[in-house]
Amino acid sequence: MKRVFPILAIVTAVLLIYAMHQALVVAPTERTMGDVQRIFYYHVPSAWTAFILFSINFVASIIYLARRNAKADMIALTTAEVGVVFCTVVLVTGPIWARPVWGIWWTWDLRLTLTLVLWLIYVSYLILRKFSSGGQTPLLAAVLAVFGALDVPLVYFSIWFFRTQHPQPVIGGGGSIDPRMLHVLLINWLAFSCFAALVCWSRYRFEVMRREVDELQALGSMMEARSPR
Amino acid sequence: MTGLTRATLIKDLRLEWRSKDAINSMLFFSLLVVVIFSFSFDPTAEESRQIAGGLVWVAFLFAAVVALNQTWARELRNQVLDAYRVSPASPNSLFLAKAFGNFIFVTVLEALMTPLFIVFYNLRTLGPAWQLPIVAMLGTWALVVNGTFFAAMSLRTRSREIMLPLLLFPISIPALLAMVEATTSILTGEYSAKFWIVLLVAYDLMFTMASLMLFGSVLHAE
Amino acid sequence: MTYLYAAYAATWIIHVAYLGWLARGYVRLRQEVDDLKKK
Repeated sequence: MKRVFPILAIVTAVLLIYAMHQALVVAPTERTMGDVQRIFYYHVPSAWTAFILFSINFVASIIYLARRNAKADMIALTTAEVGVVFCTVVLVTGPIWARPVWGIWWTWDLRLTLTLVLWLIYVSYLILRKFSSGGQTPLLAAVLAVFGALDVPLVYFSIWFFRTQHPQPVIGGGGSIDPRMLHVLLINWLAFSCFAALVCWSRYRFEVMRREVDELQALGSMMEARSPR
Repeated sequence: MTGLTRATLIKDLRLEWRSKDAINSMLFFSLLVVVIFSFSFDPTAEESRQIAGGLVWVAFLFAAVVALNQTWARELRNQVLDAYRVSPASPNSLFLAKAFGNFIFVTVLEALMTPLFIVFYNLRTLGPAWQLPIVAMLGTWALVVNGTFFAAMSLRTRSREIMLPLLLFPISIPALLAMVEATTSILTGEYSAKFWIVLLVAYDLMFTMASLMLFGSVLHAE
Repeated sequence: MTYLYAAYAATWIIHVAYLGWLARGYVRLRQEVDDLKKK
């Protein structure tokens, strides 16, 4: 296992550089938006990655609720954190893209708003984890994750209807995509997925170590209490 | 289950009525909120119909948070929760009693704040006014059911008072949007509030079920 | 065009910041392990 990580890291780095090159140089320039449209190759894969991570978090949370499995809890924590990172990228690149193209920083665009709400829910999840004391943290967090997941379809429908009543500009445009652009998009998605997997793996290992050290520290202070010097 | 729920609810209401602590401070807080909002947003009659929906519900939301924060205070002070944990009583009876109690409190607050809003904003409904109480009840329950649940979750955290709104607000976004849009469409009469009412019903059903299913785990956590 | 580079830069700044935070955590954890071993 120890060998795999550095190899994967190198592969991922190569993929990321290749993907960036594809996005910035190789991909055809968009007709109406120009070069700014290339933000799309970072914005969309980040969104997909974030949603996948949050989905994994949801599954891990349910497994924790059903089985109280510590590994499930660690996976939940990991995917939530890395998911928030990717989600932040989406929320930052979105407005940067919108401003030059549509003249506005923000709009209650369905996808962007859904991303914002997910980000809010998961930041509150992380704060809950940070502020709650030891034993109950995994349970409370898992419960919150379930509530968050139940919320998602409701958020989707409420925003969708809000937009049909109050028409807003659509960011990212609909319609078909040029196959060459799709190709670059998928390459970037692959690269970022590998990157996300690597980061999650690191975070997971860190959490394992963190918990072992905490246990040792607790044991240590117990032993000291028992045999005072 | 209903016996215990009713007993707890009546006990809570009676205690509140006798001390009037919480209800008085909440009342005054709500009044302050209405006045401050009226200073900050001083629109013409036409505009006020457009924004009143949002203002009213934000004000109700703040009042609700103040009410929700003290949901479990009494239980905590007297270690009642530990007693509940070891008793064979269904945890859901306790949850429902608390939720209904909060619902009544917040509804009372809303009933008192609404005339003030009508006065300050010269409100008049152009749409079907009979829908407003329905929206109010559904919306209030949406806030209260999750609020009571998250208040219980916040008990085991540092910074309890800020934890509650922090957890409640993101999850409540679809419900808040629905409440505001429904109220605005009824006030302006421009759209039908039907979709939003259906959404609120779905929201209420979903989260009431979720709270009932998961409250036991939260109560028994460590 | 600055917008394009700003977006790409922002993306990597965010990722590097998180990885940096993780790395600091690792360093601190190593120190704790060393402290424990000394005991």
